[in-house]
Amino acid sequence: MLDTFFNVEIMKAAWPILLAGLGNTLLLSVTVVPLGLLGGLMLALLARLHSPWVRWPLMAWVDFFRAFPPLVLLILLYAGLPFIGIELGGFGCVAIAFFLNTGAYYGEILRAGIDSVPTGQTEAARSTGLSASQTMAWVVLPQAVRNVLPDLMSNTLEVVKLTALGSVVAMPELLFQARQAQSLTYNPTPIVVAALVYFALLWPLVRLLSRLENRALRAG
Amino acid sequence: MIEAIGLHKHFGALHVLKGVDLRVADRELVFVIGPSGSGKSTLLRCLNRLETPDAGSIVVDGIDLMHRRTDLNAARRRIGMVFQGFNLYPHMTALGNVTLALRKVAGKGRAEAEALGLAALERVGLRDRAGHTPGQLSGGQQQRVAIARAIALEPRVMLFDEPTSALDPELVGSVLAVMRELREDGMTMVVVSHEMGFARAAADRVVFMDHGQIVEQGPPAAIFEAPQEARTQAFIGQIQRH
Amino acid sequence: MTGWERFLDTFFNAKVMAKYWPDILHGMWVTIELAMLVVVTGIASGLALALLRAAGIRPLNWLMIFVVDALRALPPLVIIVLIYFGLPSAGLTPSGFVSTWAALALVLMAFSEEIFWAGITAVPRGQWEAARSTGLSYAQALFHVVLPQALRLTIPPLTSRTIAITKGTALGSVVAVSEILGQASSAVSNSYNPSPLILGAAAYLVLFIPVVVAGRWVETRFAWKK
Ligand SMILES: Nc1ncnc2c1ncn2[C@@H]1O[C@H](COP(=O)(O)OP(=O)(O)O)[C@@H](O)[C@H]1O
Ligand SMILES: [Mg+2]
Repeated sequence: MLDTFFNVEIMKAAWPILLAGLGNTLLLSVTVVPLGLLGGLMLALLARLHSPWVRWPLMAWVDFFRAFPPLVLLILLYAGLPFIGIELGGFGCVAIAFFLNTGAYYGEILRAGIDSVPTGQTEAARSTGLSASQTMAWVVLPQAVRNVLPDLMSNTLEVVKLTALGSVVAMPELLFQARQAQSLTYNPTPIVVAALVYFALLWPLVRLLSRLENRALRAG
Repeated sequence: MIEAIGLHKHFGALHVLKGVDLRVADRELVFVIGPSGSGKSTLLRCLNRLETPDAGSIVVDGIDLMHRRTDLNAARRRIGMVFQGFNLYPHMTALGNVTLALRKVAGKGRAEAEALGLAALERVGLRDRAGHTPGQLSGGQQQRVAIARAIALEPRVMLFDEPTSALDPELVGSVLAVMRELREDGMTMVVVSHEMGFARAAADRVVFMDHGQIVEQGPPAAIFEAPQEARTQAFIGQIQRH
Repeated sequence: MTGWERFLDTFFNAKVMAKYWPDILHGMWVTIELAMLVVVTGIASGLALALLRAAGIRPLNWLMIFVVDALRALPPLVIIVLIYFGLPSAGLTPSGFVSTWAALALVLMAFSEEIFWAGITAVPRGQWEAARSTGLSYAQALFHVVLPQALRLTIPPLTSRTIAITKGTALGSVVAVSEILGQASSAVSNSYNPSPLILGAAAYLVLFIPVVVAGRWVETRFAWKK
């Protein structure tokens, strides 16, 4: 059993391959998380315009991506676009798909955060002469982010986990590399090791989150 | 009716009860007063084993609450408790609050439980609010429903932990009136409260606690007008200045 | 052909769509079946675990917390691959359908256990005390007093989490489950035309948009009210 799932020889051989995969997973994450946050911030700020011409399309946009599996979006870009001569490559497709998908989630979270800041804060800031955008940047957003920090972190955890989808479009991230190594060695050890690497990478975040979530529910 | 002897309780390093003896006779009303943090709530909660003392014996209505074999749930049914924060179940109506234990602990059928529950609500003057949820009731009404929840089970003893201190002043009277009626019906009661007027009028005995010990006890007139111990004098002086 | 016509011919090719829509429809049924199984088994086992955790058996709880953490930390696709490609080495050969179902149900179990547990601990201590002081047993207090209040708190987070995990049924296509995406992908490679993918995407929207909208309603209905 140990020889099958924790074969030391294979671990040694596969380690450089997996390490390269881990590097790509991290690279993908640090690209995709800020992209998604940026998209989300844009959506949340748009939602501040209380015009129905903005509100309804925005809601439809968000619901669309909440309903659409990210893998389907990714495949659509990766397998569909080449038919009209657009080749984005694995990385480009992942970046765009995640920008759209996770942006919608981040947007919902930030919007709720902004809504949670009392209007008195805006009024106080404006009464001291701050402009609307200064008020947003220096008074409202910091409080909004703090209020929804557990949700933001939870979504970030999901985004990092989502990068494993890159393996489906031949992005050489951790899971892809593990499967390569597995098919070369006919042994599941590389996948087990990849799982352990994901666990080691994300467990601290999971632990922290479950503390924050418990506290939030207890307070609410 | 209650015989609690040599109670000790620690919370970690904190020694909260330091050898408390409390005896309460049948139909007696004992008032417990003392500074915040002196262990009044802890003592009360030991009397129905919501807290387990580290040492000591507790016998209520002939039932040894510290014995391993004692069915605590059956015993608690006979020891009513009323909390400072009401602790009504927010997802149930007033009647639902009152009938839950009647059905699940006393084993009554729905119809019988509802009849008994309505009778209990009647006794606290809230029969017409049976269908309201706690959120739709004032604080005083909520506390009276909480009393009805306890008396519906026909307890032999009632424990009150600051039943009026979370209430607006104008709502206190309605709760005290219900307690006074219970008293007149001969209920044995232990009341933690600082309602001095009620204590003077209704209590048989006042117990003063400080730092986990009973410092002094006696009839209300003696404790309030002529306390013997310096700590009691200081405390009485303090609350009378308010 | 104008550019627009070429675009339509490529992505909305009527002939290709007509040929493959029965496959996509079949895929929809597989997706529905898989999703239902995941939701029912995942949430039921999550609730069971939370109740077990409420019993307060220390070593068991530590084990449970560890397993739940692991399932939250691992990407669902990694778990699917682990089951599908790993277990055969241990002599078990689960199908792609079973692998996907097991993996997603485990993930939903972990998340819902956390949510249920947080809900249970969020109910004020006074509720337990009031219930126990009237003679209700631990189990009776849990089921009649604490759990109904906890469930109300858990509905909004549970709804959005369930939707997110259920969408993961598309991951089944990686291990040869013939759900919507799997059907659409093989149709694309057979027809050399991406129209089936558009059809598949539409199928997902047909399935999940109502769920998302219902979820929104549930969230506003149950949020912030006691
Ligand atoms: N569950 C508990 N855990 C730790 N400390 C407690 C707990 N309950 C009460 N205490 C402490 O015990 C002391 C006595 O509390 P309590 O009996 O509530 O006093 P009182 O009701 O007289 O104000 C206080 O210092 C309080 O902080
Ligand atoms: Mg107290």
